[in-house]
Amino acid sequence: MNWLERMKSGLKTRIKREIPQGIWQQCTHCGHSTYTMALERNYWICPECTGHYPISSRQYASLLLDEDSFAEMDATVTSSDPLRFRDTKRYSERLRAARRLSGLNEAILTGIGTMGGHPVALGVMDTRFIMGSLGSATGEKIVRLIDRARVDRRCLLLVCQSGGARMMESAFSLMQMAKISAKLRQLAEDRLLYITVLTDPTYGGVTASFGMLGDIILAEPRARVGFAGQNVIKQFLGTDELPEDFQIAESVLQHGFVDRIVSRDQLAVEIVRLIALLAPDGNPQEPPAAP
Amino acid sequence: MAENAFHLDFEQPVIALEKRIAELSQQAESDGLDLSEEIGRLEERAEDLRQRVYRDLTPWQRVQLSRHPQRPYTLDYLTRMTSDFVELHGDRAYGDDAAVVGGAARLDGEPIMVVGMQSGRNVAERQRRNFGMPHPEGYRKALRIMHLGARFGLPVLSLVDTSAAYPGVEAEYRGQAEAIARCMYEMSHLPVPVVVVILSQGGSGGAIALGVGDRILMLENAWYGVIAPEACSTILFKTRERKEEAADALKLTASDLHEQKIIDQIVPEPFGGAHRDWDEAAALLKRRVTEALAELRLLSAEELVRNRVEKYCAMGAYSD
Repeated sequence: MNWLERMKSGLKTRIKREIPQGIWQQCTHCGHSTYTMALERNYWICPECTGHYPISSRQYASLLLDEDSFAEMDATVTSSDPLRFRDTKRYSERLRAARRLSGLNEAILTGIGTMGGHPVALGVMDTRFIMGSLGSATGEKIVRLIDRARVDRRCLLLVCQSGGARMMESAFSLMQMAKISAKLRQLAEDRLLYITVLTDPTYGGVTASFGMLGDIILAEPRARVGFAGQNVIKQFLGTDELPEDFQIAESVLQHGFVDRIVSRDQLAVEIVRLIALLAPDGNPQEPPAAP
Repeated sequence: MAENAFHLDFEQPVIALEKRIAELSQQAESDGLDLSEEIGRLEERAEDLRQRVYRDLTPWQRVQLSRHPQRPYTLDYLTRMTSDFVELHGDRAYGDDAAVVGGAARLDGEPIMVVGMQSGRNVAERQRRNFGMPHPEGYRKALRIMHLGARFGLPVLSLVDTSAAYPGVEAEYRGQAEAIARCMYEMSHLPVPVVVVILSQGGSGGAIALGVGDRILMLENAWYGVIAPEACSTILFKTRERKEEAADALKLTASDLHEQKIIDQIVPEPFGGAHRDWDEAAALLKRRVTEALAELRLLSAEELVRNRVEKYCAMGAYSD
C-alpha cells in the first residue's frame, strides 16, 4: 500500500465530539446554527462561513493521525506548583479544575503515531487547560516528545493553541521557552522535519518559542497568532484601534511568518504531502550523496 | 548626585533622618551649641534604619530599586568593565534598534562579544532607546553579533535589562515572536562560552531572548520573571495597586531564582543599590564575569553546548 492509500484509509477516523455539547451549535464567527452531527462530519468547520470551531487535543489527534495509530506518552506528567502560587485562587485548585475540564494532566497531549503511514511524534495543546499555557510539565512533555522523535527518527508535529507562558510558574515557565528551543535546535541538527500548526489562539511564549521555530509553519484560517496580546498592546499604546486583520493568520502570512493557511479538513492531507516530499523514508540520517 | 537625587518611597525615613542630622549639625555650628550627643544618637539611629531598610528589602522594593532612574545601564557597565569597545549596528535586514547595543570589546585584555539592552538617561535618550524595549531587529542584531563572535571563537557576554519586548503593532508585523524564539534557539548552541547577567529588569520573553547561556548571573536587586508585578496584579486582581502581593507571589528576586536553580550566582551590589556607586557595582560584576569565563574557557565547544542544553532541560518543576 502506498502512502496515499494508507493516508486515505487512515484518515477516515470519525471525530468524536468533546468540546461543544448539545444538538445544535452556533458559530461564533457568523452566528449560523448547525446540527452537531453535520459539524462533526465537517471537521467542526461552519458550513456557512467556514469559521473553525475550537476542538480538543484528542480531536486533533484523531483528525491528524492514521486510525488507531496514536499511543499517548507521559500522560501522568503534571505541574507541581513550585511557587505555591496563590492569587484569587490557589494554583493547585486551578490545576485540579483544569484536569477535570480537559481530562488531561497538562496543557498538551503528546504521543506517537503515523500519518499516511509515516511515523510522527505529535503534540497538541489544549486551551481548556489554563488557556493552554506553557508550564513546567508542558515543557517537559514536549522535550520528551522531541527526544522520542530523535530516537525513532520521526517527524515532529506540534499543534499550538495557547495564551502564552503560565504566570503561576513565573520564571519556571519562562525557562521552558529556552528548554524547548534548545531541544528543537538538536532536532534540526539531527536533520528531522518539524512542522507547527498554529490554531486559534497562539500567543506569547508559545509563539515566541516552538510556535515560530517550525521548519514549516501552517496556520488554520483566521487563527489569531501573535506575541503580545491585543489588550496589552491597546493598553500600552493607549489606543482602542488596531489594524484590521491584525494578528490574524492570513495577515501574519503576508508579513512572512507563516508558510500556509490550511483549512482543518485539509490539514492531514497537506502534512502528509509535505512529509512525503521532504522526509519520505523516515528521515534519512545522512543527506543524500552529491551526484 | 546626592543633592537632587531621586528617592524611592521606602527610602524616605532614611533620607528624612539624614536631612535632620544635617540640619542639626548646621544649627550647632551657627549657634555654637554642643549637640554632639544628640547628633550621635541620631546617627546611630540612621545607621540602624539604613540597615533595616536596605537589608530586608521586600520583593516590590527590589523591583523599585531595579528601576531606579540613577541605576547603571548596560553601557555604564561596559565602559567600566571593558576596553576597546567597538559598537556594531544593524540587523542587516531592517534597521538598527537603539534599545539593543552590542559589539566587540576587551575584558582584561581578552576579546569578547557583548550584547545587551540599553535604556536612556533623559527623555530624548529614553525615547531614542525606546525605554530599553527591543523590537525584532534589536534581537536580530544581537544574534548577528553573537554569531560573529562564535565564528571567531570569542566568548559572549549578554547583559539583560528590559521590562519587556516592545508590545507594538510594528514589532508584531516584523516578527517579535520569531526574533525571540530564534535568539534562544541559536544561543543554546553557540560553540563559545556564554555568560548572561540579569542586570536590573528581566521582563519575560523580552529578557530570556538574550538570556540563554552557560552561567546566569543576577544582580542582587534585579528581578526576573514571566510578567511585571503591576501587570500580574492587573490580571489577577483587576487592579495595578496590588503589585506588592503580585511581586511576592511571582518569586522574582535573585535569591528566589537562585533557590529555583534558574540562576547560578547572585552578584552583590553596593550597599543600598547599584545606583549608589557605579564604579563599585561594575567592579563587583566584572570579578564574577571574569571568574565565570575563566572556568568556561576550559571546556570544548561540544562540552559547552551539551552542558548548556542539559542545564535547560533540568529546569522545571513537575511530577510524573
